[in-house]
Amino acid sequence: MSASAALPMAGAARGTEAGPWLRAWRRLRRRRGAMLGLVVVLIFVVLAVFAAWIAPQDPIATNWGAIRKAPSAEHWMGTDEIGRDVLSRVVWGTRASLLAGLASVSIALLLGVPIGLAAGFLGGFIDGLISRITDAFLACPFLILAIALAAFLGPSLTNAMIAIGVSATPIFVRLTRAQVINIKVEDYVEAARAVGNPPLRIALRHILPNILAPLIVQATLAIAAAVIAEASLSFLGLGQQPPAPSWGSMLNVAKNYVDNAPWMAVWPGMSIFLLVLSFNLLGDGLRDALDPRQR
Amino acid sequence: MIEFLVKRLFTIVPTLVFVSMLIFGLQQLLPGDPAMILAGEDQDPEVIAHLRAKLHLDQPLPMRYAYWIGGVVQGDLGESVRTQLPVLDLILQKLPVTLELALLAMTIALVIGIPAGVVSAVGRGTAWDYAANLFALWGLSTPNFWLGILMILLFSVQLGWLPASGYESPFVDLQANLAAMIMPAFVLGNAIAAVLMRHTRSSMLQVLGADYVRTARAKGLSERVVVLKHALRNALTPIITLGALELGTLLSGAVLTEQVFTIPGFGKLVVDSVFNRDYAVVQGVVLVTATTYILLNLLADVAYFLVNPRLRS
Amino acid sequence: MKFTFRSCLAALLLALGPFALQAQNLRIGLAEDPDILDPTLARTFVGRIVFAALCDKLFDVDEKLNIVPQLATGYEWSADSKTLTIKLRTDVTFHDGEKMDAAAVKFNLERHKTMAGSNRSGELRPVSTVDVVDASTVRLNLSVPFTPLLAALADRAGMMVSPKAAQAGGANFGVKPVCSGPFKFVERIAQDRMVFEKYAGYWNKSAINLDRITYTPVPDSTVRLANLRAGQFDFIERVASSDVEAIAKDKRLKIARITGIGYTGITINVGKSEQAQKNPLGKDARVREAFELSLDRQGLAQVVMDNEAMVGNQWVAPNNSYYAKNVPLPKRNVERARALLKEAGVTNPSFTLMTGTNSEAQRMALVVQAMSRDAGFDVKIQATEFATSLNLADKGDYEAYVLAWSGRPDPDGNLYSFHGCKQPLNYAGYCSPETDELLNKSRALRDPVERKKVFEQIATRINKERPVVYLYHVNWLWAYNTKLAGVRNIPDGLLRLQGLKMN
Repeated sequence: MSASAALPMAGAARGTEAGPWLRAWRRLRRRRGAMLGLVVVLIFVVLAVFAAWIAPQDPIATNWGAIRKAPSAEHWMGTDEIGRDVLSRVVWGTRASLLAGLASVSIALLLGVPIGLAAGFLGGFIDGLISRITDAFLACPFLILAIALAAFLGPSLTNAMIAIGVSATPIFVRLTRAQVINIKVEDYVEAARAVGNPPLRIALRHILPNILAPLIVQATLAIAAAVIAEASLSFLGLGQQPPAPSWGSMLNVAKNYVDNAPWMAVWPGMSIFLLVLSFNLLGDGLRDALDPRQR
Repeated sequence: MIEFLVKRLFTIVPTLVFVSMLIFGLQQLLPGDPAMILAGEDQDPEVIAHLRAKLHLDQPLPMRYAYWIGGVVQGDLGESVRTQLPVLDLILQKLPVTLELALLAMTIALVIGIPAGVVSAVGRGTAWDYAANLFALWGLSTPNFWLGILMILLFSVQLGWLPASGYESPFVDLQANLAAMIMPAFVLGNAIAAVLMRHTRSSMLQVLGADYVRTARAKGLSERVVVLKHALRNALTPIITLGALELGTLLSGAVLTEQVFTIPGFGKLVVDSVFNRDYAVVQGVVLVTATTYILLNLLADVAYFLVNPRLRS
Repeated sequence: MKFTFRSCLAALLLALGPFALQAQNLRIGLAEDPDILDPTLARTFVGRIVFAALCDKLFDVDEKLNIVPQLATGYEWSADSKTLTIKLRTDVTFHDGEKMDAAAVKFNLERHKTMAGSNRSGELRPVSTVDVVDASTVRLNLSVPFTPLLAALADRAGMMVSPKAAQAGGANFGVKPVCSGPFKFVERIAQDRMVFEKYAGYWNKSAINLDRITYTPVPDSTVRLANLRAGQFDFIERVASSDVEAIAKDKRLKIARITGIGYTGITINVGKSEQAQKNPLGKDARVREAFELSLDRQGLAQVVMDNEAMVGNQWVAPNNSYYAKNVPLPKRNVERARALLKEAGVTNPSFTLMTGTNSEAQRMALVVQAMSRDAGFDVKIQATEFATSLNLADKGDYEAYVLAWSGRPDPDGNLYSFHGCKQPLNYAGYCSPETDELLNKSRALRDPVERKKVFEQIATRINKERPVVYLYHVNWLWAYNTKLAGVRNIPDGLLRLQGLKMN
């Protein structure tokens, strides 16, 4: 059932129905966890966009008189291995990490969901072909795919995002397809077909909204994985290039200084954690808000 | 269903062909000259020429693919140009290690993840929900290599409870084996538990609101029966998909975790070989892990049928 | 000390004294996985560490980089320096029991020269034939005088494997090597460990106190150190300079350091491709001089290597006997740098510095970027994966490249391949017939004093053109358990097993 037809709506009787997305927003607003997540995400977005104004110091200014200094009044989060201010780098790093998370997952969704829809819905030879190719991609280790793509495109944040996005696409194809197959046999889909709806309309209006839940959950998980994949690619030298900061590469360098400068790792680590947490809270809320069978 | 299985078995061949082309193609994408990197620090031109000939680098791409796949079909996966060790031997050495790590990690993931997801869904909005979520998110948001290093520093260096490395075969020394595997299995399993937990929760929530669950409740069935017998069963579909995917990923080797804990599995081997442009190793290993992965998917598809009776028609 | 079971057991064993003989197993953590265990085909630095256990060589080097005998007892050059007569020990056997005699040495040297894919043929090129004079004497006949030959024979080119096993093993001998060192090969699990066991028939038995050695590669320095601290390893190589302070505080561990024979520097494309002419740094030697003057080498060593490096401006360190004193280490001089740039007509030169992806290389690039900015340089950093960067350098598709070299005992090993016209490691593309003549001359002279004079001339020429800006010479840093005694610090960074004892 599509979101608009699912439940008896208060407005339906009166004929003034609020649109399904507005209703979903209202439901979202009521969930405290989701709102908290949304707020934190927005804070990060603000940090990313306005980094130049918010960061107290130049994130790439080295100062070898102040190497690995503990947090102090001058450097609230301490300094790193060549004297740069960790706080400023965390603020500027928001951009890289947010992009890594959002852009790669967007790529994966934009590519993966339509392909999965097509495979699951159309079945037959097309499903077979898509499934075999997807399986082939999935059978290759994610990191190998990402490394090969990133090495081929050249080490940079943008290319890392593309590499991660493309490597994450098969999972969304598979998940979408599995959900579509499951839902295809539901009564309301049969009904929609019997009534004579064209396939595209069935796919977009009847199927898509009902498979959103696991996709959203996977998307929020994928954002977390993408931020960490960026760190892994940095570990291997293929992510954000110095001196530009990203939480992943900061964490990667910090692991060598865990003993003498733990603050180098704590702040980017906490930031990754907060970002992932908020996306997941938000994703939870979205899932509930968009669920047509919301109690 | 037998007919379905047979049909699926037939699809394995084209998939594997695609895999072989994909991994071969990916290696060729990598910039740089493999002969140069394999020639070591002296860069002797004679050595480079020798390696170019050995790797058929001056032949066109399709010919090189043919050389390789021709060998594979006859059971010869080639040898590592860097160490001269046959690829098949490398795989046989490392397969049990990766398999054991994957199974241990998966067990930990299932044991933690699914119950946590059920508890979280059933107790939605309560402290249980938040606690389970927080735990899951912690597992997700810490990079493996980072968590691994912290665990080594705590459990090996500070406390001395577990060794930082030292893999032994379980048939030679089971205690040493488990001592060396428990931390990496936990690091890997933790992250997967988070994924499983989140999906179990979401799936359960979706299913708990469904009509047939309401019906079951209305019939007077106990909550436990409702949850475990009716809800969980149907919630399993995406979980099975993901479980299979994650196991497949584990089998291709947990690169960074293996590196941190010095576990001699596939992951480390493949990544090092990518950077050393040791093509034969990467191609051979990926082909083998791909086959395992595909077989796993087959099992997952069978599981769908068993779990969701409506698909059988 | 905690009263764990282990410590009680140790105390008990100590109390039992000589009756408590523990097997002396040495576990070593390496920074990389070695390559082929065949001295003819081997291509990596880390492989040489393992060879120290597996294969003895004709000669070895000592702490002062002097050539000392090992499998040989002595050598003699002919008057024209084209014949080298080597006398051999008579009590040496290979791990399969076969005796080492002059015929075996001849076999080995010819194998090094002729085997397909041999990485030693370049090192032995001047050797045209090898004669067996008698059972314990070989004679090498050279086509041209070649003094660095002895240094080559003190490395892999001088390693002797069992001819019987080599013939049986063919191209795959390295999978199960049979050699002449104190320890014989037991097993190898790729990327996990290499295990070696004491060879009972070793000629220098009395110097060996260990029963078993295990080498395990652990690429991450933090993990490698953690393994040492947790007791999984007894010895690790290439300790990260940032960890030195923490290790010094740990009473159970010791640090060994010695300035290595290699160098770290920035190679500049001065003629490898047309790109050299398109960039002021590659085009004009004054710009390169300005670049060098804008750098504070001591500051670099401090920030990048925590001072675990000796600053230098040549291919050998200032404490090396062949260091050319006529080309002294310049101090940072930003004003002069700016003046030079003005003279060259380019006040804000910009170039791309290609560097590896490890954190050390990136730190170096960042500091260089910051320091040279004071003189007006705009350095762009391009972190490139190693295989790719090697390829780019070989094609000349770069402007400046941070490169390190592990070093060879004879200065020729740090010089010829890099500055000789069209030599394999000459990424700068520097080519000067006069320099080539001097390089060849330095190889032919035997008297160190005369060689030094030639090196001084070469140093002047190289300094004028600056195809490479040498920055510093990194210290080899080892860390090991205090139980280990007898560690010899040799500048080539390789651990010798003779004399080692675990208490």
